[in-house]
Amino acid sequence: MAFELESAAHPENLKRVVIEPVTRVEGHGKVTLLLDEDNRVHQARFHIVEFRGFEKFIQGRPYWEVPVLVQRLCGICPVSHHLAASKAMDMIVGARLTPTAEKLRRLMHFGQILQSHALHFYYLASPDLLFGFDSDVARRNIVGVAAAYPEIARQGVALRRYGQEVIRITAGKRVHGTGSIPGGVNKNLSMEERDTLLKEIDDMIAWSQGAVELVKKVYGGRPDFHNGFGYFRSSFMSLVREDGALDLYHGGLRARDEHGQTIFDHVDYTHYWDYIHEEVKPWSYMKFPFIRSKGREEGWYRVGPLARVNNCDLIPTPLAEAERKAFKAFGGGSALHATLAYHWARMIEMLHCVEGIKELLHDPDLLGDDLVTQGQRGFRGVGVIEAPRGTLIHHYRVDEDDLIVRANLIVSTTHNNQAMNEAVRQVALQYLDGQNLTEGLLNYIEVAIRAFDPCLSCATHALGQMPLEVELQDAAGQVVDRLARNGGGETAR
Amino acid sequence: MSDTLTIDGKEIPYRPGQTIMDAAMAAGVYIPHLCHNPEFKPHGSCKLCMVNVNGRNVASCTMPAASGMTVLNDTPELNGARRSLLQMLFAEGNHLCPVCERSGNCHLQALAYYLGMTNPHYVQFYPSREVDASHPDVLLDRNRCIMCELCVRASSEVDGKDVFGLSGRGIQTRLVVNAPTGLLGDSALAVSDKAVQVCPTGALLIKRQGYRVPVGRRMFDHKPISVVQTEGGHD
Ligand code: SF4
Repeated sequence: MAFELESAAHPENLKRVVIEPVTRVEGHGKVTLLLDEDNRVHQARFHIVEFRGFEKFIQGRPYWEVPVLVQRLCGICPVSHHLAASKAMDMIVGARLTPTAEKLRRLMHFGQILQSHALHFYYLASPDLLFGFDSDVARRNIVGVAAAYPEIARQGVALRRYGQEVIRITAGKRVHGTGSIPGGVNKNLSMEERDTLLKEIDDMIAWSQGAVELVKKVYGGRPDFHNGFGYFRSSFMSLVREDGALDLYHGGLRARDEHGQTIFDHVDYTHYWDYIHEEVKPWSYMKFPFIRSKGREEGWYRVGPLARVNNCDLIPTPLAEAERKAFKAFGGGSALHATLAYHWARMIEMLHCVEGIKELLHDPDLLGDDLVTQGQRGFRGVGVIEAPRGTLIHHYRVDEDDLIVRANLIVSTTHNNQAMNEAVRQVALQYLDGQNLTEGLLNYIEVAIRAFDPCLSCATHALGQMPLEVELQDAAGQVVDRLARNGGGETAR
Repeated sequence: MSDTLTIDGKEIPYRPGQTIMDAAMAAGVYIPHLCHNPEFKPHGSCKLCMVNVNGRNVASCTMPAASGMTVLNDTPELNGARRSLLQMLFAEGNHLCPVCERSGNCHLQALAYYLGMTNPHYVQFYPSREVDASHPDVLLDRNRCIMCELCVRASSEVDGKDVFGLSGRGIQTRLVVNAPTGLLGDSALAVSDKAVQVCPTGALLIKRQGYRVPVGRRMFDHKPISVVQTEGGHD
């Protein structure tokens, strides 16, 4: 572990390198490195520089507004917030969902994960994977991919659009819909809508299989490099179904340590705080959650596709399950810890989503009319869901008058905070230590962060190449070197 | 002289005692309006229904129709002025349409679409306004109140209760509730009251109904307010 790189002993004598903003991630982040005279790395940190007071903002609002309101947290996985909040509000209205309502929500959520995974893989990650991490920066973007691999780019666009279409049909709009409400959903699926979606589903499955194959090929082409890149071991946490299967919508919490030993399993998530605590560090707006039983230092963990595919005992759709087995076999029968294995796991999940969509589309329950239920009114609601980037926790207190009095949200990227920092430090040590900085080398750091698909804010300005500026300052704060990349992807000193 | 007037060159009949607005509505001619509802006495406060009669701007909801009047209604000048009025209404409240449960069913929002209001134009005031959730079945969110007094009129004229009133002046004006505590929960309001049904925005709402109607089936999803209201749909 490279924990020692979190804080340098004598920062005053070191040069500071800032990578800001980190590109091809959702939102705003920055990396700082402190280097000595010989360019040896003494400190590496990944900061989240955005702050949104959402928990405060929703105080005093009526509870039924929250599932729609919280979607504004994020333009990339709004549906996950929509559904996590809805699940919490199901507890407030005391509802047990009808099969129609639950399945429609599951369909909506598959659509969300599909669109998010497709966006990440094709638009944000594939340039690195297909061209190489330090390849020509002018080409290392989706436009470059479209020119060199038009068919792959076309499939990526189509998969994402299909996911959005599933969302539009179930939620009413492609972004920020209203489909899920406390106690159920506000519309079912019409036969016409079902048939529209069914028409293209087999292509989606074939292309998702192709995506898994592509990652396997890239990964397997240089297994040692890809395994070793930013490598570290950690605990993993995710929801699993009662039988241990992957379940992206509902389940109990499972955490396993870096050796694969169970820390907790099938935990009722409505008591998550008995298992997870959050720590605040002065240099980042994002909190650092940790598993209580393992303590502040050792208790950090990873969430998201890698955690889920490692943690589950099976994936309940056949093609994705076969891929999970191959993934596991590659790891010698135990969990894969490689940072870049996130991409592989993500594509296995995408395949699961499209298989899951097909299965649901053939389920007559989706055409049912029994949409909303309610029962005994509650005052505390917790909703947990597996969002594209990992476990998403929404927790609310509602008063007698139906207004929110308190909210606590732990978003996926927050769980991965420590792990992303760890990945940055590993890559800094592996590839930057003692080297002269180049754009390509700095991209190595970004590649490690990007593997987590961090969503740093609701701002969705991440398509294409973001401007990036790297400054090298000496101990006195004087700029010694400066590397700038403009919006078009050109780099200049 | 016959009992007709012209609106934008179209001749329409009226009955004695009707306002320009009444005559226009009866003839299927749309004049934008917010504080007016044909079920209640005209109020003349929002000024959205301003038309030009023989060279003078007047509120069509209060101006009696008269024979031979030449009324201008759907003109770029009048619509521009109406747009500015709307922008002021948005600036002086707190309207977050994308997350508002009245979205798609809201007259204020629908009018903004109809009049092509594409930006707020004015600096937002972000006033601090209170939400009153004390009533078991009705929510009062003053952030979205446009002081049209439709609920005031309905409570008094139809419900016979006088639950609502306006208090304060200028930007400090607030909708107040007739109860010793000033709270809706302690007032005589019932969820079935007319006052609860007439709010043209999302200020007075029946609780726990938000977002029940899916996008695509809301009042203004497919038809602009000009069509909905000339077809007779008002609430
Ligand atoms: S009341 Fe109408 S105008 Fe105001 S926020 Fe709601 S939808 Fe928008």
